[in-house]
Amino acid sequence: MEDLRLTERLVGTDEVKIQARGVNVYYGESHAIKDVDVDILDKTVTAFIGPSGCGKSTFLRCLNRMNDTIDNCRVTGSIRLDGQDIYDRSVDPVQLRAQVGMVFQKPNPFPKSIYDNVAYGPRIHGLARSKADLDEIVEKSLRRAALWNEAKDRLDQPGTGLSGGQQQRLCIARAIATSPEVLLMDEPCSALDPIATAQVEELIDELRANFSVVIVTHSMQQAARVSQRTAFFHLGNLVEYGETGQVFTNPRDPRTESYITGRIG
Amino acid sequence: MADIDIAAGGWTSEASRENVRRRRRGELWLKAAGLVAITIAFAMLLTLLASLVITGFRAFTQTHVTLQVTLPPGDETPSFRAATRGAIEALFEGADEAQKREASRILSSGAQYIIESHVAANPDLIGQTFSIRVPVSDPYDQLAKGLIDRETPEALRRVSDAGIAAFDRLSEAGLISRPFNTALFVNADSRFPELAGLKGAIIGSFYALLTCFLISFPIGIGAAIYLEEFARKNRLSDFIEININNLAAVPSVVFGLLALAVFLNWFGLPRGAPFVGGLTLALMTLPTIIIATRAALKAVPPSIREAALGVGASKQQVVFHHVLPLAMPGILTGTIIGLAQALGETAPLLLIGMNAFITAAPSTPFDSATALPTQIFIWADSPERGFVSRTSAAILVLLGFLVLMNALAIYLRNRFERRW
Repeated sequence: MEDLRLTERLVGTDEVKIQARGVNVYYGESHAIKDVDVDILDKTVTAFIGPSGCGKSTFLRCLNRMNDTIDNCRVTGSIRLDGQDIYDRSVDPVQLRAQVGMVFQKPNPFPKSIYDNVAYGPRIHGLARSKADLDEIVEKSLRRAALWNEAKDRLDQPGTGLSGGQQQRLCIARAIATSPEVLLMDEPCSALDPIATAQVEELIDELRANFSVVIVTHSMQQAARVSQRTAFFHLGNLVEYGETGQVFTNPRDPRTESYITGRIG
Repeated sequence: MADIDIAAGGWTSEASRENVRRRRRGELWLKAAGLVAITIAFAMLLTLLASLVITGFRAFTQTHVTLQVTLPPGDETPSFRAATRGAIEALFEGADEAQKREASRILSSGAQYIIESHVAANPDLIGQTFSIRVPVSDPYDQLAKGLIDRETPEALRRVSDAGIAAFDRLSEAGLISRPFNTALFVNADSRFPELAGLKGAIIGSFYALLTCFLISFPIGIGAAIYLEEFARKNRLSDFIEININNLAAVPSVVFGLLALAVFLNWFGLPRGAPFVGGLTLALMTLPTIIIATRAALKAVPPSIREAALGVGASKQQVVFHHVLPLAMPGILTGTIIGLAQALGETAPLLLIGMNAFITAAPSTPFDSATALPTQIFIWADSPERGFVSRTSAAILVLLGFLVLMNALAIYLRNRFERRW
């Protein structure tokens, strides 16, 4: 792992964006997340790694309350976004999800035009006062998602007609169009080829300037490439959380070491 | 694994070849069985259509005779009965008495009314002599179409020797013609086959289906959206789901009895009205629409819902902006197939009295009327020979509408289907 230039990766800030304390998640009887405490920093890429079924995606989906849509799922503990408990009664998950955007494993653009895909979020949240406003948001989002040059001449064509990597960048543009504070990415590159993956990874690094990014990934190389901080989950426990360089080169927990050296997982 | 003896001799050995041959035989059998099944199904369909066309095609033409009608001048209310009689008798001047007696039987009893309405539309014909084509009565229509054997002894025949002679006289004079039977589409029901048509039944069916659609489509979609997207999955929702599936399998005559008890006897709605027929059909169509809609909603990939939820759409926005538009082709297909089923439904309409003998097309959905399937039922039950072919013709018309509706369903599905 010498080629990963881990030392160059400096954490941008120490300001805590999301603070999770004592989070437990149950699916019916099964206990999926066990008492997880984690602080996610602002303007930082945080990677969640771990073997399949370790709960990393489940925990990610707690951060924008996507688990609410699953009938028998129960979340306890506290998760605070800028000090506000997101599971508080006064918080509407719909508003929360405009603040905490999400990109999914498989690119899932709406079967609508590229423009409408990006404009959908701002439209339903009433973020644009005029058509010109909306045009500007769409352009800005597509530029930030590094898709503007490829898409500017075909904004009225269906988003589903793009290639896989372009579709995923369109989904990122859609997620950042509502100007969220946090961007959650659930294995965003697992359905992409290596070239598209490289483009998306580069983009993630650029997004760090404006957002706090949390990425779930199966690939330890990817975690090492894009993140500043890494959390290792195993069997629903947060085993280790620290700076990416430290987690990969000098893990404190023997389970982390076993995982990154390929003995478990 | 070394102790397990696999395919002794390798994949080129006789045992392995025999195995391949056995599998090939199995595949051939399956293929042959499928071909036989499809051939049988097609043969049945062809037999059905052929028998309908063979008996029904004659009903699409009707024998007519051309008369020269004279209306006395100055008479604003002429006797059309006398004028018609005069016109046909004029053709038999010099013929023997027996032929003259038969002459007036050749004409349909509706002939004078056809002349009357023709004159009503053209009032300047009064005081003139004009030529008009009127239908002949059913026995002579049958004779003209060759359905009555002239060799049969007179006593066993529906037309007498004198009648045949009279008809042949008209034929030789070139007054007999056999144009397209427009009466079949522009007239309502009649006791006389040559005048009977499907207009009342078609309009009745249209009103009934319209009512059925307007009621079952919104309610069905609403129920399906609630059950699929909003209702919590628990014992109650399972119970409701089982019952909806059961309702779809309830024999239609039971819905007819329910409608009779509730709509007619309790609410006192008019008997035999297409509106009530539509309500009854809506009861039957609802489960079909609910099931089709739920299936269509379920088929929308969860990734689309997640995408919409992920950008902060509310549940209602997810459904109305994304899921419902994507499910629409499936919903429309299911609805049209449900309506096509309702179009062919007979039993519940019989129970609410849509099998009355009604000679006028309904002008509102609340007038008594028949529907296409009940009209077929009535005609199939009628003793007049002319109704045999007309029953088949009516079935062909009904099948035509069904094909049309299914074609519409296919068109809508292809038109609105979107890839994702």
